[in-house]
Amino acid sequence: MENIAAQVRRDIVRMVHGCQSGHPGGSLGCTDYLVALYFRILRHDPSFNMDGVDEDLFFLSNGHISPVFYSVLARSGYFGVEELATFRCLNSRLQGHPTTHEGLPGVRMSSGSLGQGLSVAIGAALTKKRKGDTSLVFSLHGDGELQEGQIWEGALFAPAKKVDNLIATIDVNGQQIDGSTEQVLSLGNLRAKWEAFGWDVLEMNGNHMAEVIRTLEEAKAKAFNGRPIAILMHTNMGHGVSFMMGTHKWHGAAPNDEQLSVALSELTSTLGDY
Amino acid sequence: MKKYSFTEKKDTRSGFGAGLLEAGRRNPNVVALCADLIGSLKMEAFIKEFPDRFTQVGIAEANMIGLAAGMTIGGAIPYTGTFANFSTGRVYDQIRQSIAYSGKNVKICASHAGLTLGEDGATHQILEDIGLMKMLPGMTVINPCDYNQTRAATIAIADYEGPVYLRFGRPLVPVFTDHDQPFEVGKAWMVNEGNDVSIFATGHLVWEAILAGEQLADMGIDAEIINIHTIKPLDEAAVLKSVAKTRCVVSAEEHNRLGGLGDSIAQLLVQRDPVPMQYVAVNDSFGESGKPDQLMKKYGLDAAHIVKAVQKVLKRKEQFVIA
Repeated sequence: MENIAAQVRRDIVRMVHGCQSGHPGGSLGCTDYLVALYFRILRHDPSFNMDGVDEDLFFLSNGHISPVFYSVLARSGYFGVEELATFRCLNSRLQGHPTTHEGLPGVRMSSGSLGQGLSVAIGAALTKKRKGDTSLVFSLHGDGELQEGQIWEGALFAPAKKVDNLIATIDVNGQQIDGSTEQVLSLGNLRAKWEAFGWDVLEMNGNHMAEVIRTLEEAKAKAFNGRPIAILMHTNMGHGVSFMMGTHKWHGAAPNDEQLSVALSELTSTLGDY
Repeated sequence: MKKYSFTEKKDTRSGFGAGLLEAGRRNPNVVALCADLIGSLKMEAFIKEFPDRFTQVGIAEANMIGLAAGMTIGGAIPYTGTFANFSTGRVYDQIRQSIAYSGKNVKICASHAGLTLGEDGATHQILEDIGLMKMLPGMTVINPCDYNQTRAATIAIADYEGPVYLRFGRPLVPVFTDHDQPFEVGKAWMVNEGNDVSIFATGHLVWEAILAGEQLADMGIDAEIINIHTIKPLDEAAVLKSVAKTRCVVSAEEHNRLGGLGDSIAQLLVQRDPVPMQYVAVNDSFGESGKPDQLMKKYGLDAAHIVKAVQKVLKRKEQFVIA
């Protein structure tokens, strides 16, 4: 699994370098989570159909970390890895932010405008419950994204309506565009907030593969107990590339040729570059 | 002038409630959501018969739009219910990204549209919603004219794949269309054939157009009246065919003159067949508190104003032809 993650991280920096555009920081930080999800946790079928009946579903709410999403979808067989080279280019299915509009397999909802994915995930979870489908719905959100009001509408709704087939993960990297979340708009005690809204809350180090897998398994075991599950996932923005780690400066910036070489020298190619 | 009569007045929102129940009976995938306005949207009958297919969201419209978008994944056909103001402007970005751009099969059902909401005043009287919704790529926009047409439209959109904005209202208005009418999305309804002027009307203004047509007939003016219940996609063939005959147009709607039905028709005509045209619409202003009929009169949305608009456009037609 760590080997897959290393390859995905290579994909991320190469994609962002290739078009000189995109969001490497959050993508690198969430790599271990997405690799664990798609290669170990999700019951899913890469031949892909939109309805996903009897499949676990994943919704990326913080759509700007599209590089990691696209890499993991390609590496798990939703489409060919060579298509990663078209990221953010004209006529590509790999839009800057993920969309259903271009028919890319694996994407069930457009995201990019923040704060909308939790509601969407809850809606999909409700349809599963109504149809007696016992698979699960997963979602991923940024911590900065929690500043959007719609998140808290969803946070209030899901426990009140016992949406217990939902596992929402929050990437707590403490960074957003204008600085640290603490400086921009403090989120306060996130665990206390989610617990007060009625969620079962787990926490994990999102950059420790074994812990990510263990925590996601624990979350699955907690499903169908009357409460939705939130995972506060502590990550390093830019994890895996030394000069990108722990700073908001690489939220939405692309490496130059020299920086790309340094980054790739720190990440072993394991599955072969696209 | 063809005769239209009515034996009762009903609100179009009740047509929605009846249609929702019928759509629910015909299609098990139809589900409904409401943001704390069950009574206002007349959703009680559906909820009583299908309690497991209803979701009360509370006063959280953004969440409701997202929930509905997500529910479609797995095959549900969600109908969301709240006032038109909270169905559009309040949740525009949610509709844009999660429904329109994502191509989700959600039916956004909006009551209390326009001035006829009445006493609550301008905060609730949205007059911009048709424009907002029709600008979204892939969005279908429907504004039925009476109880029966609203009921028929509500049933029909369940079988019409794609996002739909269905707009209706609060006041009691004449029921003058057939109870079991077929409703075809995007197909205009010929209310009265005539030769002198084309009146294109939508929503509550269709009955006013009929009243105007009768007054015009007494004055020797033979008005063609066409009900455009689907503003997008516009029935371009019906509009062009009528205009080819009458050579002048009046549009009538309970909406801001900017961005509504009139603009859709004008945009078509200016490219295909420019003729004189007058708008009966709100003149780029907010509404205010009052009784529905008082407001429609004050803001120029009644039969009398349609008659005036016809007289004006007929004069322009004469000059236009001479020039």
